[in-house]
Amino acid sequence: MAVSSDISIAARGQKNRLVELAVRCVLVLCALVAVATTIGIVASLLFEALRFFQQVPLTDFLFGLEWSPQTALRSDQVGSSGAFGAVPLIAGTLLISAIAMIVATPLGLMSAIYLAEYASERTRGIVKPLLELLAGIPTVVYGFFAALIVAPMLRNGGESMGFEISSESALAAGLTMGVMIIPLISSLSDDVINAVPQSLRDASYGLGATQAETIKQVILPAATPGIAGSLLLATSRAIGETMIVVMAAGLAAKLTANPLEAVTTVTVQIVTLLTGDQEFDSAKTLSAFALGLLLFVITLCLNVVALRIVDRYKEQYD
Amino acid sequence: MTESAIILKSAGSKRHRAEARFRAYGLIAIAISLSFLLVMIGSITMRGTGAFKQTFVQIEVNLPAEKLDPEGTRDPEVLRKARYGKLLKSALRDQFPDAKKRADKKSLYKLVSSTAEYSIRDQVAANPSLVGGTHPFWVRASSDVDQYIKGAIDGSLEESQRRVNDKQIAWIESLEAGGNIESRFNTQFFTGGDSREPEQAGIMGAVVGSALTLLICFLLAFPIGVLAAVYLEEFSAKGRINRFIEVNINNLAAVPSIVYGLLGLAILLNVFNLPRSTPLVGGMVLALMTLPTIIIASRSSLRAVPPSIREAAFGLGASKVQTTFHHVVPLAMPGMLTGSIIGMAQALGETAPLLMIGMVAFIVDVPGGVTEAATALPVQIFLWADSPERGFMEKTSAAILVLLGFLVIMNLAAVYLRRRLEIRW
Repeated sequence: MAVSSDISIAARGQKNRLVELAVRCVLVLCALVAVATTIGIVASLLFEALRFFQQVPLTDFLFGLEWSPQTALRSDQVGSSGAFGAVPLIAGTLLISAIAMIVATPLGLMSAIYLAEYASERTRGIVKPLLELLAGIPTVVYGFFAALIVAPMLRNGGESMGFEISSESALAAGLTMGVMIIPLISSLSDDVINAVPQSLRDASYGLGATQAETIKQVILPAATPGIAGSLLLATSRAIGETMIVVMAAGLAAKLTANPLEAVTTVTVQIVTLLTGDQEFDSAKTLSAFALGLLLFVITLCLNVVALRIVDRYKEQYD
Repeated sequence: MTESAIILKSAGSKRHRAEARFRAYGLIAIAISLSFLLVMIGSITMRGTGAFKQTFVQIEVNLPAEKLDPEGTRDPEVLRKARYGKLLKSALRDQFPDAKKRADKKSLYKLVSSTAEYSIRDQVAANPSLVGGTHPFWVRASSDVDQYIKGAIDGSLEESQRRVNDKQIAWIESLEAGGNIESRFNTQFFTGGDSREPEQAGIMGAVVGSALTLLICFLLAFPIGVLAAVYLEEFSAKGRINRFIEVNINNLAAVPSIVYGLLGLAILLNVFNLPRSTPLVGGMVLALMTLPTIIIASRSSLRAVPPSIREAAFGLGASKVQTTFHHVVPLAMPGMLTGSIIGMAQALGETAPLLMIGMVAFIVDVPGGVTEAATALPVQIFLWADSPERGFMEKTSAAILVLLGFLVIMNLAAVYLRRRLEIRW
């Protein structure tokens, strides 16, 4: 009797251990999906981009000043080579992102300061979710808004003041993108400002500073690294944003710093190259992956730096 | 008052003004941000509500038996084969005999939708007793007439500047005077698939496509995300590997969505040869994209379960797996579900990765399964926004309203779950 129950307990123990082991394996596999995704992204982008760089030299891609991916159907056609210089695309992307950041930084930062330092619990409870609504609106809606409402408004406004504003101007796309990014900056900066210890504020008030002086001279300097991190994250978001620029920015690559002209971006070109009919081995199609790799590397660098700054900042006050 | 006191006082009021100014900047920033929200939602609502109504025109159509059904079978199959377009055109000519020239006739025919003949066909096939008489039929007005009735086309403009010419306006007015024009609720918009004709286009195909895509996305992302979070929070040693996976997940959360689309195109479509343009592939790509969101939310929800629960279970002899799956995970489930719903809401609004895997095709039929070509609601919005016809602008705004409606419902569900089920420790 005693012996058999011992055996059954031992057998159950054995079984349980097996189950535990199996569960552990499944859990590890699930956690590794995230790692596999990263590897998949890097591998697929690298593989296709390398095939592209066999046809077009890397230096031409990185430093070329002309982008016209139309490769000819016949080899004797004029302009059959196609030009794959990414500089105008990067410039366009940076121009639009810069406009977005110029709009979003003051609005987002001041909103965060007000919400964190001045607003009552009640106001905070109403305004914060409303601002987050802006972040919840799909980017295709922003794109529609930019193309159909903001752009014509700017063009007509410009006309009445004697400017010529392109209907696909960088300004319209940048402005709208700025609105999209406001909640990102405000909520990240809000967290950062809230993480500044109360003792710093108390010390400043104790010395007779007003609230505004405390914010400007004590809290903001203390929160600067964290705010810088959140601005970097927002910039990376702006650079990778696709739908707003696909719908509101131009298609023709142009190297200009004039926000009233139409420029194109890396993401716009990826979408144009890959929607519609494509032959998979042509330099034209493969160049989209090279652009994707470029985009991935730029945003990854920004993210890594930003996350590291934010992490280190958090440790400082923990 | 001494001189220094005066200086102090004026400095004090200066400092107070600076304080008030700074505070006002904050308020102005919030006001500007929220007014953007208001203008955007407001202008889209104003443009979109018109699409929920559709103008119908009543036409007396003669249905001669010898043309529709020469053998007198009254078989719906036979009736379906007749040419109703001709009958409709002659009915229009009878009603407005002043259209004599070719160009006039052409603009007369353009009063009604090019799909109107099919609606007459369906009504006759459903009710064969109509054959042999003249009966009034309500048919869809063309998009231009619809827009004119709704006031979106300005009749006071030069004739060459507008899409409805003077003759057409005269006919519309005479129809209106006879009570033959009616504005009805546009059921086609909610039940129909995409169409090249704005008056016929509906969002059902896109809604079903989005639903199927989200279903795949949820079925993949939720279990994987929750289990990955369980591993990272409960099982893994807090060492280098854990740290590496964590950094990895945080970075994935910030990768531009279009890059996920490139991943789907290069690996799912070109390496594994999965069917292009389908909710299956769309769902898989979106699942990879929402995974970081779900993992991060699930982890914080697991972290919120107090250690006392785990210790109590261990004390009663439960194993690690039993403790985790019988006690910790059920308690963390509301938080995990909330995070997942928010992740799904993000996935519902996502467009760019779906463009990459070809969900931009023009598809009329409502998809019947996850391996059929489909489009999704945000992609439909993108496609319509690109269409030059005026009627589609209204449809685009209305589709945006529907999309925002779904998003609001999902977010409210998340808030409700959090309030009702989440346990505060």
